[in-house]
Amino acid sequence: MTDKKLLMGNEAIALGAIEAGVQVVTGYPGTPSTEALETIARYANRCGIYTEWSSNEKVALETAVGAAYSGAKALVTMKQVGLNVASDPLMSLSYIGVKGALVLLVADDPGPHSSQTEQDTRVFGHFANIPVLDPATPQEAYELTKLAFELSHEFETPVILRTTTRVSHSCGDVEVEAGEPAPVEAVEEGFVKDRRWTIFPKLTAERHPWLESVQEKLSEHFSELNFNSVLGSGKIGIIASGVSALYVKEAVKTVRDFEKLFTLFRVGTVYPFPEKAVLSFLKGIDQLIVVEELDPYLEEQVLQLIGKFHLPVDVYGKKNGFFPVSGEYNVDIVTDSINRALVTCGESLRLSHASPAVSREKLPPLPIRAPTLCAGCMHRTVFYAFKQAAKQLKKEAQTDTIFSGDIGCYTLGNAYPLNMVDTCLCMGAGISLAGGLSRTNPKAKHVAFIGDSTFFHSGIPAVINAVYNGANITLAVLDNRTTAMTGHQPHPGVGVNVLGNTSKAIEIADVVKSCGVESVRTINTVDPDSLESCVKAAKEAMNFNGPSVLVFKGKCVGITKPDKYYKIKPETCTGCSFCIKELGCPALNLDGDKPVIQDNCSGCGLCAQICPSEAICIGGVKL
Amino acid sequence: MKYDILIAGVGGQGVVLASRLLALAAMKAGFHVSTAETIGMSQREGSVSSHIRIGDETSGSLIPIGQADLLLGLEPAETVRNLPFLKEGGKVLVNTHAIPPASRPPGSPEYDPAALLSFLCAYYPDIFCSDFTELADDVGTYRAANVAMLGAAAGARVLPFKEEILKEILDAEIPEKYRAVNDAAFERARKCIRFISDP
Repeated sequence: MTDKKLLMGNEAIALGAIEAGVQVVTGYPGTPSTEALETIARYANRCGIYTEWSSNEKVALETAVGAAYSGAKALVTMKQVGLNVASDPLMSLSYIGVKGALVLLVADDPGPHSSQTEQDTRVFGHFANIPVLDPATPQEAYELTKLAFELSHEFETPVILRTTTRVSHSCGDVEVEAGEPAPVEAVEEGFVKDRRWTIFPKLTAERHPWLESVQEKLSEHFSELNFNSVLGSGKIGIIASGVSALYVKEAVKTVRDFEKLFTLFRVGTVYPFPEKAVLSFLKGIDQLIVVEELDPYLEEQVLQLIGKFHLPVDVYGKKNGFFPVSGEYNVDIVTDSINRALVTCGESLRLSHASPAVSREKLPPLPIRAPTLCAGCMHRTVFYAFKQAAKQLKKEAQTDTIFSGDIGCYTLGNAYPLNMVDTCLCMGAGISLAGGLSRTNPKAKHVAFIGDSTFFHSGIPAVINAVYNGANITLAVLDNRTTAMTGHQPHPGVGVNVLGNTSKAIEIADVVKSCGVESVRTINTVDPDSLESCVKAAKEAMNFNGPSVLVFKGKCVGITKPDKYYKIKPETCTGCSFCIKELGCPALNLDGDKPVIQDNCSGCGLCAQICPSEAICIGGVKL
Repeated sequence: MKYDILIAGVGGQGVVLASRLLALAAMKAGFHVSTAETIGMSQREGSVSSHIRIGDETSGSLIPIGQADLLLGLEPAETVRNLPFLKEGGKVLVNTHAIPPASRPPGSPEYDPAALLSFLCAYYPDIFCSDFTELADDVGTYRAANVAMLGAAAGARVLPFKEEILKEILDAEIPEKYRAVNDAAFERARKCIRFISDP
């Protein structure tokens, strides 16, 4: 019996994993991967599944590996950038292999919509010798999740389920097993001591041939699966994977009897490449168009195959400029690119576009809506305080300040008018980068910003390094008691775990003290007059010789209910708009020639603290 | 059958909820459905749009340029921004209630909602314009503007399924605490539009 449910791709993966009998689920939040673990956590108690948000992706993977070594089925979730953090254990794990099963959900982000890179996990799988499955829809994500667990168990290898934003974050009707999720009977043998679990040069040398042989076996196996499918019988072949395959299908449909002109090959199991199946497809065609987002992965695989078997097939893809090498695809991009290839093939047929009544060029100028810190966000107060402190230091001692940012909401400190991020590289890097900058710019002040969750993710080793090597930097930890940007997940500092149960809260100030930081202060940003104390603390910390840390504690407005709101007294307001120009708060807006405070005010009072004419006051209590 | 709907607005307006309600209704009516929205940065005062594709076959979740049958614009500038997705003769419903951007970085054009609305009307003369935020505020909370626009879409008879199905989904999906005010917003908008569109 099956049920039809409207599921987001990530939710479909979660249900697939539960049905596959997953017992341990770990991960670190990262858009677009987050909802998979969150969905499993909802069923964790009922289905007897251990679930955790780990402090970073490497820790998450290693935790899951421990479970899999014991014969359990484990799932780890992360985004593509997180895979880099987890890559150290992963590269060794591919040699050792697993018992039970271990599946990594890695969500790629072509576009990118909310990421630092457009890296391609299919290529990473190839690099690491780990099988990669590439679903196109939430339905396929559900089915391939179950397949991933089966493959991992059968072939004793970790398996990557790779999605993209348009699979993870699209919703669709998914046929799932009927009823509320219940785990299938789970087997957990317990850890059995064996030399195979201890990587050592001798073991690596022994395992490498095994690792290679698994790739061949899997390639053979994949060639038989119907997740790799053929449609049509034309002389022009098109090969695609993931959501690109759906774009192709929609694009070619604009041609009548497209099945006679094209043969479409959809690859669901992308690594190891299903050579046999692709080879028999290639033997029926003269021209091949390769459609894929991100790296030319399929294209390289196909070119190798064509070279290896001396096939007379012309290939049109990214490598010869027919398709864009970056950015997210859609039906329009795919249509145009296929048409370019058809011209070169000498085909007279063209795929057609719908033409809009209004093209983009005809649109009137539109306001830019850049993402910005929420109204009342505590980070705005801290950034503004450092801005003032830096200004004062510049005035008093002609000292410049360089601000190193990090990944998270506080990246938004770069937004106009705060402009408080001079560098941003990857999670945890702000602290070490500031250290490096301090060596080459010793006269300047160096301030690194990091969030609370990121501090636990990868900030701690950098703090230790700053202390050990005596870096003259100031670290501002913006502790809003949650992992805000990915959707408010708890972290080791919060004192609550993923299931909402109480756990031990780790104090960031205590951690940095025990790392040897001598100048440590915790500042409350919730007070209505916090700006002055923040500026004073910032200046003192920046003037401290050696590493200094300020932990700014406040509450994320996304998860707390504001208790008051502010208003502008129109009779006192001079209309100078200083509040708007300085803060960029979304609650402040010009109404005619004077600013007004809108409904989304959450009562931080920062604007009241900076108003030169004291025209802003508490307007009332929020119910 | 194939019917593509695009909802456009600003983070916090309930674009994602509205698209979920439409998708559930489409499923209940027996169609395949897929939706696409961007979650993450855009929650923070950024532009948000959701693509809802309804039909007999599963398709990719992004609507191609010039193919949307219906554009529900929760905010004037965001409606214009997404206009190229709408097909010739497509239907547009616009909430005239403007949300100016939080900050005006250098180079960002002045926001003139009235000019944008007249631009919209020039291309789509049979457009439905109304202040759905005010309408929702009138019946209880400005937050129900998204549901009011669904009511308007139902009233204008531009959805590919019966409005009773959408009502059932609303009743099942909206928490009891907020149901009355959302029902009221839906009904008020539905009746207003029907009154206008009935010959």
